[in-house]
Amino acid sequence: MSDDHHRPHEHAPDSDDHLSYYQAMEVAVRELLLEKGVLSADEVRRQIEDMDARTPARGAQVVARAWVDPDYKARLLADGSAACEELGLEVKPMRLVVVENTPEVHNLIVCTLCSCYPRPLLGLPPDWYKSHAYRRRAVREPRAVLEEFGTRIPDNITVRVHDSTADMRYLVLPMRPAGTEHMSEQELAALVTRDCMVGVALPGGRTNG
Amino acid sequence: MDEHSAACFKPGDRVVVRRGYPIGHVRTPYYIRGCVGEIERVCGSFRNPEELAYARMDTPRLPLYRVRFAQNTVWPDYQGKIQDTVDIEIYQHWLEPA
Repeated sequence: MSDDHHRPHEHAPDSDDHLSYYQAMEVAVRELLLEKGVLSADEVRRQIEDMDARTPARGAQVVARAWVDPDYKARLLADGSAACEELGLEVKPMRLVVVENTPEVHNLIVCTLCSCYPRPLLGLPPDWYKSHAYRRRAVREPRAVLEEFGTRIPDNITVRVHDSTADMRYLVLPMRPAGTEHMSEQELAALVTRDCMVGVALPGGRTNG
Repeated sequence: MDEHSAACFKPGDRVVVRRGYPIGHVRTPYYIRGCVGEIERVCGSFRNPEELAYARMDTPRLPLYRVRFAQNTVWPDYQGKIQDTVDIEIYQHWLEPA
């Protein structure tokens, strides 16, 4: 291309005017479903609204409850979906497995095959979670990936990667930071970020151990 | 009632992942085929995604396991620590006793 205007840009193109193959397919199927009366436009809108209402605050609520209530924590580790339902949070049809960070074990979640993610508790996954680089490397060199997120795991701790390949979804239960004994459940929940619950970070940015 | 296949393995059993390369919607990652691990837990029975992907809804539910593998046996040049592991969900028809 000799024309300067057609040179590839350094930044990602703003491509609202161009549909990919699958975007075009989605529009076509959606319009057919509406036309045939299988779904209404309002139902589609409401579903999107429901999806967008899911945020990591839900996961943080679960973690904070587990930090203040040992019996709840035991139920959460035994059956994640049932324990979430106690708090009015539905995790279906997939089943939630909660994995606990301890002084001996650090857990990290990835889906090497696609982008399986505990959406009912964390909302939509961040772009990096869906990237090939994260999916390939989290399972292959997890400690190096964690370092890049600013999380150094000491040599004597086990790094346990969970590849979310089938019907389970995973949430990391981080360790409650030291010096938070005086905090309320609500204050504790504010310490729990999305990245802590995926396992790439620790609450308060502390290093483990 | 749904038809179920009985669970052949229990937590602690050593298993090897079948080294098969079928086409289709397979949820067993390539990198784990042929590897030996230990059953961490039985997750329950679920429909086979390899069948569901083709809208075959009436096949029996299969036991699904979480299998734990030592990272240094999965990746011969693993750079992490000897105690590191990877846990993966694998359907029963991909597993054999090790």
